[in-house]
Amino acid sequence: MTTLMNEPPAHDQRSATPLVRVAGDIRPGTPPQPPTSVEVAIRVRDFSCWYASFQALHSISIDVPVKQVTSLIGPSGCGKSTFLRWINRMNDLIPGARAQGSIDLHGEDLFSRGIDIVDLRRRVGMVFQKANPFPKSIYDNIAFGPRLHTRMSRGDLDDLVEQSLRRAALWDEVKDRLKNSALGLSGGQQQRLCIARAIAVGPEVLLMDEPCSALDPKSTLRIEDLIRELRNDYAIVIVTHNMQQAARVSDLTAFFYEGRLIECGKTLEIFTKPRERQTEDYITGRFG
Amino acid sequence: MIQPPNFSTVRVRSHRRRQVMDRVFQGVCIAAACATLAILVVLLSSVIGRGVKNLDWQFLTNPPSRKPKEAGFMPALWGSIWLCVVCAVAALPLGIGAAVFLEEYKPRNLWLRRLHAFIEVNIRNLAGVPSIVYGVIGLTVFVQMFGLLGNPLTPTLTFGDPEKWYYLQLPFGRGVAAGGLTLMLVVLPIVIISTQEALRAVPDSLRQGALAVGATKWQMISKMTLPAAVPGIMTGSILAMSRAIGEAAPVLVICGIVFIRFAPNNLMSDFTAMPLQIYRWASDPRDDFHAVAATGIIVLLGILMVFNITAVLIRQKFQKPLQ
Repeated sequence: MTTLMNEPPAHDQRSATPLVRVAGDIRPGTPPQPPTSVEVAIRVRDFSCWYASFQALHSISIDVPVKQVTSLIGPSGCGKSTFLRWINRMNDLIPGARAQGSIDLHGEDLFSRGIDIVDLRRRVGMVFQKANPFPKSIYDNIAFGPRLHTRMSRGDLDDLVEQSLRRAALWDEVKDRLKNSALGLSGGQQQRLCIARAIAVGPEVLLMDEPCSALDPKSTLRIEDLIRELRNDYAIVIVTHNMQQAARVSDLTAFFYEGRLIECGKTLEIFTKPRERQTEDYITGRFG
Repeated sequence: MIQPPNFSTVRVRSHRRRQVMDRVFQGVCIAAACATLAILVVLLSSVIGRGVKNLDWQFLTNPPSRKPKEAGFMPALWGSIWLCVVCAVAALPLGIGAAVFLEEYKPRNLWLRRLHAFIEVNIRNLAGVPSIVYGVIGLTVFVQMFGLLGNPLTPTLTFGDPEKWYYLQLPFGRGVAAGGLTLMLVVLPIVIISTQEALRAVPDSLRQGALAVGATKWQMISKMTLPAAVPGIMTGSILAMSRAIGEAAPVLVICGIVFIRFAPNNLMSDFTAMPLQIYRWASDPRDDFHAVAATGIIVLLGILMVFNITAVLIRQKFQKPLQ
């Protein structure tokens, strides 16, 4: 089952990316700093962004580690979704959006001129708030991404589709109707299909923008189980409105408020002994 | 808490009057719908009543004649088919391409955005330009080519033998090519606008979904947006073609009212079209020819009906949600 992750699509050269990056640049002459205990997938420094003249994010700095789930919480309009959509540069599509500061993916600056946005979006998968299956068959939904990037043989593609669906805990439910339209699936199944579609192209990071907000509690639990499972292979960033959900699935929690990152730390600490007053007010339900 | 109005003190609208108005309005709407239908029924029945007796296979295969009994529709029918094909081949790629550009490649830069809006407004205006104007443009641009290449009757450039199907000349002269391209001008705004609407109906979530798995813009358009918009594009295109087939004014400017006994055999052939042949018969002083004109109208309406029904069927087939 996990072979998918070890044997990503043929074009992948991910192994070339350095394994460990430590905080700060290593300048000649300075002794190498001790490696931090966790490998950082996404490093954000002093990141601000604007929609036209409205500043949506103020100087965000955060490290997103690999093989952990980082949840972004905060009241509506606090910028957490905006932030998420910069990580795979989906905000490029919005006229008037601009950004300042840096976001690195394994040391590669997302805003440098040479960056290949198409490849970036392959490496940083995204799951949207509302499941958006393509109006195609279940099989073609999963195969859509791989077909964009590779010319795989039919057999390889079949394998990849099966592995992706298995990984997203959907295979047993759909294996007999791969040729049926994806629109016939239930809401929860559609969302798992979207997760399978995202992991089929072999990403390193998964971004999830309130993936359960349109689902019933049972489907939500299944997705949460899935997230915990996927954590072993991906750096996951999840935006959620549901604080119980953040507490259940995430290792790290970042609290956003009015475009600022108020506090970021281990989920347990944030929820039991937050350092900031605003965080405490929010998680205890005093506002938001 | 909100207090309900005190019905004993405020002026109350009469219940009865309100209900009467309600009925009256419904009646007016029904009457309007029936009037339209009645006009259609009167027109159709008078046309069918006069023309149906001439309608037979001979009518479709005979050339026009001085004798009403032998008069046929063949050259006009073929002329319209050639026109329609030329028009479709020219208008669909151009129109769909323009619509894709306008919908999917919206610029971000302020001045380009204004230019974009300007183009869009103008395409909408073009849809309202009287078709005779396009006829005059077509005459200058396609028939005479601004006179730059000499007289159409003694063309500067020719390719092949005038009897062969692939014969070409510049300037085009009053042939099928000029007629079809002029009709392209007429239907282009319709094709563009209907394609734009079809593309706009494709939810953005699909575009984002495609981009999020690493599609390039072209892959997103060719594999996601256009396929999803195909039913709408086809419906719009078919309706545009039925408009082209029914147009008389621009074609009249191009080919004139001529007596043609043969179907066109290449893109430069002189031709006539169904609406023009109908006009020719209807303006004949002899009453027998008016009946022939009615038969021509039946054929033309029949073809338009087939086009429109096809469009409806396509729409229904694709509107059914899969599964």
